[in-house]
Amino acid sequence: MLKISKYVLYDILRNRVVLAYTAFLLLVSLSLFQMEENSSKAVLSLLNIVLIVVPLVSMVFSTIHWYNSYEFIELMLTQPVSRKKVLLSEFAGIGSSLVTAYLVGVGIPVVLYNFDSTGIALLLIGSLLTLVFTSIAFFASIKSRDKARGIGAALLLWFFFALIFDGLLLVILFAFSDYPLEKVIMVLSSFNPIDLGRIYLMLQMDVSALMGYTGATYKDFFGSSAGMIYTFGTLLLWMIVPLLLSLRSFSKKDL
Amino acid sequence: MKRNITILLLLLSTTVFANSIRVGKGQRITSLHKAVEMAQAGDTILLQGGRYKEGNTVINKSLTLLGENNPVLDGENKYEILTVTGSGIVIKGIMFENSGYSSMNDYASISVIDASYVLIENNTIRNAYFAIHVANATTCVVQHNTISGLTKTEQTSGNGIHLWKCDDMLVKDNDVQGHRDGIYFEFVTNSVIQQNNSHNNIRYGLHFMFSNNDSYIDNTFRDNGAGVAVMYSHHVLMQGNHFVHNWGGNAYGLLLKEISDGQILQNKFDNNTVGILMESTNRINVDNNDFGSNGYAIRMAASCNENILQYNAFAGNTFDVATNGTLMLNTLRNNYWDKYDGYDMNKDGYGDVPYHPISMYSMVIEQNPNAAVLMRSFMVTLLDKAEKAIPSLTPENMFDEKPMMKRSSL
Repeated sequence: MLKISKYVLYDILRNRVVLAYTAFLLLVSLSLFQMEENSSKAVLSLLNIVLIVVPLVSMVFSTIHWYNSYEFIELMLTQPVSRKKVLLSEFAGIGSSLVTAYLVGVGIPVVLYNFDSTGIALLLIGSLLTLVFTSIAFFASIKSRDKARGIGAALLLWFFFALIFDGLLLVILFAFSDYPLEKVIMVLSSFNPIDLGRIYLMLQMDVSALMGYTGATYKDFFGSSAGMIYTFGTLLLWMIVPLLLSLRSFSKKDL
Repeated sequence: MKRNITILLLLLSTTVFANSIRVGKGQRITSLHKAVEMAQAGDTILLQGGRYKEGNTVINKSLTLLGENNPVLDGENKYEILTVTGSGIVIKGIMFENSGYSSMNDYASISVIDASYVLIENNTIRNAYFAIHVANATTCVVQHNTISGLTKTEQTSGNGIHLWKCDDMLVKDNDVQGHRDGIYFEFVTNSVIQQNNSHNNIRYGLHFMFSNNDSYIDNTFRDNGAGVAVMYSHHVLMQGNHFVHNWGGNAYGLLLKEISDGQILQNKFDNNTVGILMESTNRINVDNNDFGSNGYAIRMAASCNENILQYNAFAGNTFDVATNGTLMLNTLRNNYWDKYDGYDMNKDGYGDVPYHPISMYSMVIEQNPNAAVLMRSFMVTLLDKAEKAIPSLTPENMFDEKPMMKRSSL
């Protein structure tokens, strides 16, 4: 399995997209820290980038890479290796390269300028989001044979999590504004990894004071160690469940 | 205020010709009680270093009480330490510790009642219920005192400097911490609060009610439960104060409630949850203030009328201005906004496009507090941009016609 992952990594390094992604993240983070006099403000701006760019890049890159290495995968499957192994090593290769890119691109500036619990939380959430969206992209690309359709599905899913979900949430909030919704929203936000990461990070940054009563309830929950375990547990589930689903579908698939 | 000081100086100079009584260990008189009993009006009592446990001492004639070599008056957690009443009294250079606590009486380390021309200076007060309690007094000065309480609950701790029904007072250069309210003003008129540092108090740094024609200048209010509250007063001048890090779910830098005809000039508001919270505030001028890194710079309820906000600088706040209605009868002009993205074609220093400081999302939160959970979401950013282009939810007439392009320095 490690051997296949190694070849996947070689391949990724050769096409330089991940290097460009690393450079982009590094440039943006460094310039944000340089521009803002207050480094915790820069982390807040960085949060916006992490929540939009990281899922998008993870998703699109994983999908394209999957379709481009389709022949390699087919070749591998002619060998005496199980399908499960091939898929997991593909995932490990792509996931680890993207996480490394993120940790270098955002991690180094954060360690240099703002290395505290918020910074560490930002790195953790960013890495987890990378893995979550890589895994979702795998599921999307295994489900559809056609490349265009696969990429379209990936983009649509990103669009849903980054934008549409929050819109729906707002609609629900207004439709049921007469009811106490704090708990409901907390549960609903678990259905969107981006929202979960955003809320968790915001509460780390003490913005909760701006959110009044709602903020206080969230702070109570997400600020506790149980909340932390819940957040990371849910994000891990978001990574594992699509991966399991794609494993199932891949092992049955007629290639 | 000059008048106060001249009178006090005169007072001090007359005491030179009077007797002075030395109190302390190894002196002829060892008890403060006895010294006060013996002294004639105009005498000076020199309290020597040492710890005095004499319960409550009442000074009711014109005396000067001077501490030498740090004497300590200890209230043993039972008594009000010093009760001052009358005219022309000076308390200087003494340390007060452990005044009593009572839920019936407002025990204080120094209680000034029915008095005039009293000077309380250079004292240190520790572990008090109320530190300095002044009631029904005129023309007194409280300055250079260091006051620190034990932070307990709001119910079991008193105020640092408490003034009730006073006139022509000066509270200057004191450092107050760990009390319920750092400085408390109720029914106090024509008075000045200057250069004080009020920090880490449980409730307010400065609590101000029914007190008219007062000014507070160059004070610092840091890390208090809820900053400063100014309520039910008129003609108050607030100038050059620094409101820092009054942060928390229910905190603000400055609360204005039922205030009219005041001036808020050249203050700095940094890192407060809300810089200024205004309710039922009328005809206030908010000029040349600096709002930086606050959650909300200004929250103005729709019940505010005819206030003018001009030449202020807003930078790095999450929300610049928020309100809770669509009616807006206040004026915004010539402020600097860091979020302004207009242009200045004729180079006169003022932007050519009006700036709408109220973001749509802040209106959404006002209507539906639960929506706060969407803060900093990508969708909210998009909605805000759309609202900027075509305003529908935000009050139409709440805008800065000519925002400044560059920040004017304080």
